[in-house]
Amino acid sequence: MTALDTAFAASAVLAVLGGLLAVVTRHVVHAALWLVVALLGVAGALLVLGAELVALVLVLVYVGAVVVLVLFALMLTRAPAGPDLAHAVGPWRAVGAGLLGLASAGLLASVLVPLADGSVDRAQVTTTQVAGELFGTWVWPFELLSLLLLAALVGALAVARGHRSRDPKAVP
Amino acid sequence: MTLLEVVARAVAALAAFLVLPLVVGQAEHKVMAHMQGRLGPMYAGGFHGWAQLVADGVKFVQKEDLVPAAADRWVFRLAPAVALVPYLVALAALPVHPGVAALEVPGSVLLVLAATSVGALGTLMAGWSSGNKYSLIGGLRAAAQLVSYELPLVLAVASVALAGGSLSLATLAERWSPWWLLWQLPGALVFLLAGVAELQRPPFDMPVADAELVMGAWTEYTGLRFAFFLLAEYAGIVVVSLLFAVLWLGGWHGPLPDALGWLWTLGKGLLVALAVIWVRVSWPRLREDQLQRLAWLWLLPLALAQVVLTAAGVVAGW
Repeated sequence: MTALDTAFAASAVLAVLGGLLAVVTRHVVHAALWLVVALLGVAGALLVLGAELVALVLVLVYVGAVVVLVLFALMLTRAPAGPDLAHAVGPWRAVGAGLLGLASAGLLASVLVPLADGSVDRAQVTTTQVAGELFGTWVWPFELLSLLLLAALVGALAVARGHRSRDPKAVP
Repeated sequence: MTLLEVVARAVAALAAFLVLPLVVGQAEHKVMAHMQGRLGPMYAGGFHGWAQLVADGVKFVQKEDLVPAAADRWVFRLAPAVALVPYLVALAALPVHPGVAALEVPGSVLLVLAATSVGALGTLMAGWSSGNKYSLIGGLRAAAQLVSYELPLVLAVASVALAGGSLSLATLAERWSPWWLLWQLPGALVFLLAGVAELQRPPFDMPVADAELVMGAWTEYTGLRFAFFLLAEYAGIVVVSLLFAVLWLGGWHGPLPDALGWLWTLGKGLLVALAVIWVRVSWPRLREDQLQRLAWLWLLPLALAQVVLTAAGVVAGW
């Protein structure tokens, strides 16, 4: 077992553990914080595999912006310190969710495990290569995605502003 | 890289992390005092109160470490570390001289940005976990501010990365030319404003507005944990100043022998830090709506325009 294997295994354990705790915790803010741990674990695994750019962008965008937004929304609405029992689910739903999670994990494992050959390879993916692929081969999907996000942004703004009354004097 | 070298680099980064923020903090004490017609600390250490912050540190260590009864214990205790450690990583990745950085990675620009964005989580954790409404409002304001100013900050840095054609801080500083001072000027202004706002320093200190929120997210903290937040703020000034010096002011380029390059980097960084302190003394606090207006209506369009200008320049081969 090389140092790379160990580092990869440690990151993977961190990611899985963080993800699991994010799902099972009763504290809604703790769930967001465990998500940070899981994301850092995934970023660590990507770093070990040599995909530096993806790992750092993952941290920058997901931890630095998305989780901050999630925490902002939680604090703005209702995030009690202590377990949130109002949204506790019954035992049947918990068992169902557990079974579903195990089933998808098993499905993924059955597809991915045969691909692994037991050792961690460090592929040197340079930023130039990523940029070439992204803005050469995949430029149309990329631009389409940005258009989709823009549409979502404008839509969110329209929803948030609501319907303006035609009569400016009318009290909404 | 041998184990010894790794240890030496880590120790060097830690030493810089412990010394530079204190230098900036002491400079703030003295510069701010003289700008306001005062003397500032004069007693501790003898010569012009040079040991004031060391004495402050000793005082903080002696204080009791309190956790409020209504607090979320673990998150509350962890928050100062989450605020502090990312700045240590960011500082380690900053180069001060050709080939001299504690942590040399190809994507150091992204590493610094990613690390500083993680540090923001510490403030949010502190604000939520304190179980105090002032802390919670402080945390809310901090979150709104950080999300708004992150975007212009990243765009301004992206513009320089585009101009230099690299994501490595050392390479960008190598390729810097005095012409960038004009070409990248809008981006530089955006970065400086957004950087001060990311640090939640006056005039962008709505999250800790002391007349309204006591001390914002840090209200419930005492002793060493409170000191860690302060240290994180000053380490943040060091990171922003050095990043500005390396990306926009050319780092170690200067009219002295090349061996003194590190002196140039640190000197330029100190000048930027002094500007950050000057801004604090000169302007009153912005209101929340003014903060958001500045970020979204001025800084973001300016940063986007800078990226377009840079792209045009790169394509035209300026």
